[in-house]
Amino acid sequence: MSENYTFNPDVLGEIRERARLGRYPIRGMGARRAVPNFDDLLLLTASASRYPLEGYRERCATRTVLGERNAREPVVLDIPITIAGMSFGSLSAQAKEALGRAASEVGTSTTTGDGGMTPEERRSSKTLVYQCLPSRYGFNPDDLRAADAVEIVLGQGAKPGGGGMLLGQKVGARVAAMRTLPEGVDQRSASRHPDWTGPDDLRIKIEELREATDWRVPIYVKVGATRTFHDVRLAVAAGADVVVVDGMQGGTGATQDAFIEHTGIPTLAAVRQAADALAGNDHVKLIASGGIRSGADVAKALALGADAVSLGVGALIALGCNDTEYDGPDGTRGDARPGYAALGMAPGSCVACHTGGCPVGVATQDPALSTRLDPVEGGRRVANYLRALAMETTMLARACGKADVHHLEPEDLVALTVEAAAMARVPLAGTDWIPGREGR
Amino acid sequence: MDPLDLDRMSVRDVNRSLRELRAGDEVTVLNPMGRHNLAVGLDNDVTVRIAGPAGYYVGGLGKRATVVVDGPAGWGVGENLMSGLVRVRGNASQSAAASAHGGTIVVDGDASLRAAISLKGATVAIAGDVGAYCGFLAQAGTVLIGGDAGPHLGDSLYEAVIYVAGRVRGLGTDARIEELTETDVKTVTDLVDRYGFDHVDPRNVTRVASARQLYHFDTHAHDAY
Repeated sequence: MSENYTFNPDVLGEIRERARLGRYPIRGMGARRAVPNFDDLLLLTASASRYPLEGYRERCATRTVLGERNAREPVVLDIPITIAGMSFGSLSAQAKEALGRAASEVGTSTTTGDGGMTPEERRSSKTLVYQCLPSRYGFNPDDLRAADAVEIVLGQGAKPGGGGMLLGQKVGARVAAMRTLPEGVDQRSASRHPDWTGPDDLRIKIEELREATDWRVPIYVKVGATRTFHDVRLAVAAGADVVVVDGMQGGTGATQDAFIEHTGIPTLAAVRQAADALAGNDHVKLIASGGIRSGADVAKALALGADAVSLGVGALIALGCNDTEYDGPDGTRGDARPGYAALGMAPGSCVACHTGGCPVGVATQDPALSTRLDPVEGGRRVANYLRALAMETTMLARACGKADVHHLEPEDLVALTVEAAAMARVPLAGTDWIPGREGR
Repeated sequence: MDPLDLDRMSVRDVNRSLRELRAGDEVTVLNPMGRHNLAVGLDNDVTVRIAGPAGYYVGGLGKRATVVVDGPAGWGVGENLMSGLVRVRGNASQSAAASAHGGTIVVDGDASLRAAISLKGATVAIAGDVGAYCGFLAQAGTVLIGGDAGPHLGDSLYEAVIYVAGRVRGLGTDARIEELTETDVKTVTDLVDRYGFDHVDPRNVTRVASARQLYHFDTHAHDAY
């Protein structure tokens, strides 16, 4: 007998899990379901009608400037690939330090998260973006002034409309103190900011942060991708220097599975909507995030209109997330597989970030597990990964005839599927057909 | 020091001048006319008097300074205060003292909705009434309400404690009334004496704190939200 599509074995497992727990399943990472994504796009590199640049001889610029609209000191990056906001609490201090080291090594930025800024990440990060979240955990004016940019978070792609979550096993003494919470509490953060509602208020909030920083640093506004066009327009009207749009493939340290899989829109669709919303506002920059994995993804996101991308899960994978081994003492490698098994997981498909039992030391507050990640070695791996992404991006841009990765444009793209063509508003490959364009 | 006149200076220039004050300086800001973001981000032992109504976030993100508003204040007065004093000699609009970590926010009149929301350690003293959801998600700190409290008082409280001299219209989720201790009486007495809340009897206030029943996921607590 054929498998039941509606009640297939995965669905049966989910039903049984709910029956066992009496609540919704909670997990980490991003959407696992197949949605239209950058793999559904192809780049039209040069031939007779376009002239390529020499891949190993001619320069392709990657310098990226964010925040020139209002800031006295805009963020200047060597590459258009940044590290997304992830909290100390969700991640170990070692992981935060490693991300800072990696970003600094390749000349890009990293970002704090819910819970505030740690001295380790400030020290290790040449360019650090400080998040202002609804919870305001650990938010303080000293760290605000120590930051190189401020990101007001309205939502994130994994859970747009939802607040943060950090279960009790990860709320250890240091995390609890930073967040002014009782140790061990199941922390469920607010989903709305405590002191403003709506875009008119947001304009005043942005001005407050500018006043407190003497208009020195750029102000980003991050939205989880839902009604992206309108949200981006409102962020611009409120005075944002940079808008960060996080698609549904974006990851999280913990949230309800139903949120991750059933809310928001794919990054592919969000980038194009955001770019359309920013048309005519060249001084406002766009960062796209949510499921960016490779230089090809970066190139396609830039071609669709992003000025930079932001990575979370990709950087964690480079750090060691889901690897079978971890950093042992004196350069040795330890076997992480028993740790995954203890969580009921397997390396390669582990989503148990919320448990705090991360066997590779990335998403844990357990002192013993945290030491399984060497910040120096981990930072080196992430730096290598970011460098490889930048090389792939410039390689593809050169092949498209571009001397600057920011010159990539929608005209350089076609889609493999009707859905991707409609979302990205580029032609279906081999045709001039863009679904929905001009009534076609 | 000469007053700073907002009829002649921008908010940006006034704030820059305030940040350049030296410890011990006192200055008056004239003609505020409800302008937003006055005296935000101060970090010095200075005294700033706002001579009239202030808009959003007056005195916000501050440390050490004393900011006095001679008039009403808009949303988020003293938001994210770290230390020092912000005093409103009038009514305060919504989200007064939001997420304030330290220092004291005093409102001599009434405060609107969500006063002391997400409070993280500061002291909040309101002479008059407060609107709904006062102390929502308040994590730490002390709130004294000299008048009546609106509905949903202390909803989703963590470790902050609220004292109400008047009537409590209704408690929020996981908030409960607890017996007053001598320590509580001393805390309230200190605030009453310091800020001249003569209408408050420290022995006749209601203590509201968290029942701590929702600190951890409980599938059977779903109806509480």
